[in-house]
Amino acid sequence: MTVLTQDQTSAGQPQAIHRRRKPLATRAYKAFRVIALIAVVLFLIAPLFWMLLASFKTNVDIYDTGKALFFAPTGENYANVLQRNNYFVFIFNSFWVAFVSTALSIVLGVPAAYAMSRFTMHRSALVVLMARVIPGVSLLVPWYYVFSNLRMVGRFEVLILSHMFVALPLIVYIMMSYFDSLPLELEESAQVDGLTPIGAFRLITLPLSVSGIATAGILSFIFSWNNFMFALVLSGAKTKTLPVAIFDFVSYASIDWGGLMAAATVVTIPIMIIALFTQKYIVSGLTAGATKG
Amino acid sequence: MSVMNAPRSAPARSAGRPPSMRGNFSAWSNRHRKWLFAAPAMIFVGVLIVFPLAWTLYLSLTDSQGSVRAATEFIGLQNYLTVLSDTERFWPAVGRTLSFTGVALACEVVLGMGIALLLWRPFRGEKWVRVAILLPLVATPVAVGMMWRLIFDPNIGFANQLLGMIGIPAQPWLSGQDTALGTTIFMDVWQWTPMVVLILLAGLTSLSEEPDEAARVDGANAFQRFFYITLPLMMPTVIVAILLRGIDALKTFDILYATKGKGGGSFHEVETLNVYAYGLSFDYNQYGLSSAVLILFFMIIIGSMWLLTMRKKAVSK
Repeated sequence: MTVLTQDQTSAGQPQAIHRRRKPLATRAYKAFRVIALIAVVLFLIAPLFWMLLASFKTNVDIYDTGKALFFAPTGENYANVLQRNNYFVFIFNSFWVAFVSTALSIVLGVPAAYAMSRFTMHRSALVVLMARVIPGVSLLVPWYYVFSNLRMVGRFEVLILSHMFVALPLIVYIMMSYFDSLPLELEESAQVDGLTPIGAFRLITLPLSVSGIATAGILSFIFSWNNFMFALVLSGAKTKTLPVAIFDFVSYASIDWGGLMAAATVVTIPIMIIALFTQKYIVSGLTAGATKG
Repeated sequence: MSVMNAPRSAPARSAGRPPSMRGNFSAWSNRHRKWLFAAPAMIFVGVLIVFPLAWTLYLSLTDSQGSVRAATEFIGLQNYLTVLSDTERFWPAVGRTLSFTGVALACEVVLGMGIALLLWRPFRGEKWVRVAILLPLVATPVAVGMMWRLIFDPNIGFANQLLGMIGIPAQPWLSGQDTALGTTIFMDVWQWTPMVVLILLAGLTSLSEEPDEAARVDGANAFQRFFYITLPLMMPTVIVAILLRGIDALKTFDILYATKGKGGGSFHEVETLNVYAYGLSFDYNQYGLSSAVLILFFMIIIGSMWLLTMRKKAVSK
């Protein structure tokens, strides 16, 4: 019976192979797949949606379980968070630290990744990649020692340096696998045509690597924006970043849930918007080097 | 300018030309570009990472505590003896670190593989599902921790409302001594399963279709094809995913500290090694002791990575 229906449709088509399998099982799987995908999406999105809803509720409404989905929205939480708690300063701090540490790490990391990829410097690469493995606390203790003796804790320079510890290895890692995938022939023919090796890197390889650098830069920015532990120890009143500011929100006795959720939304929304527009880069960066043997 | 000087075959060497300052420098930098390119990053890493690590090792042998400016005394392996014989905080923290990582990883890999298989073949609305997968991944962990605090709040949280609808009694979640660690594992699974999905999906798309097709022609059903064809071929990628995710899971700090605060809660319910070491350093200023904990922690991480890399080599062969 399956064969009959199969014969009636165009038998030469590639999809025909799929159709020849029992249609009932296939249809059951299709239905299952749709339901499973909806469940996955709900599981991933619902908590974020809940946070967003709560950020528009008054605290009275948050405590009223009858008003879980239907309530009179208010912008008061955002007004409180942004104005009274001066979150614009924290937003700027987070942005500045993430931006500078990413930019500096690109300047240091891209040439290094190039050298490590082209000259297969495995041992040097291992040293840089060790940084991905080391627990951050074990560096924080000596840094704190040094910087508090220099009376520099709480300054942007220190915070940026500490964030570069995360950014630089990440950029080297992503760019190494990017340069590995870039054909050598282009540089070689450029050198045959009279460019020096450094000239070939600058004029041929770098322009070809823009998408790789964008990938590495975006991811490094996101990780720096989200970083909590380093800023918790090394930031001061003037350099406090958003994650620390949110953490400070609950240090007091009773929690202002509406304000807390507004603050959490304020820190997550910018990064999610960036992620939406740069989805392709983020995915390729996160999976860099994962599939090669 | 050096471009002009460079002979066609060996561009780096400008032999037989009148040496000029600029030409010399250009030739020199081209010849040494390997180290010229790598050195700044290496020096940075050396100063900011290797030196602090060495210092941590030194601190672990001293009685440093209180103030960072206080004098310290060399006390040999005393800190290690203290830590290793500490069955109240250290060993439970080791246990929690390993069970947090083990359970979270197991859930993430099984769920991640399932979701990756669902996404493997193209379908309508794929774009939206991919966005949904990306969002938890990029969300700020501290904010995520706060979000779950509200959802898991025993009185007003959505989690207990949901349980109430299907007739299950309310749970204490984060505030329960026995349920807190499990709840934080759930948060980790929510946030990082997408990461595993992305890695496994990249692996699946790079697989050749032929073995699967051949098995299909031979009449193997979907389960047989997965367990005998796809899974063995995917093993190296699965191990990479475990490796990348495992390192981060061992070091989890943000959501634990954001949801339970100092010491991993009043009964240290979620105190992993990282939280313990952080607390010793910055909440109690026991620098010597915490350095010893960190060195031991570091050895656990390196050890488990080494085991996995060995496993990967065995699988890849």
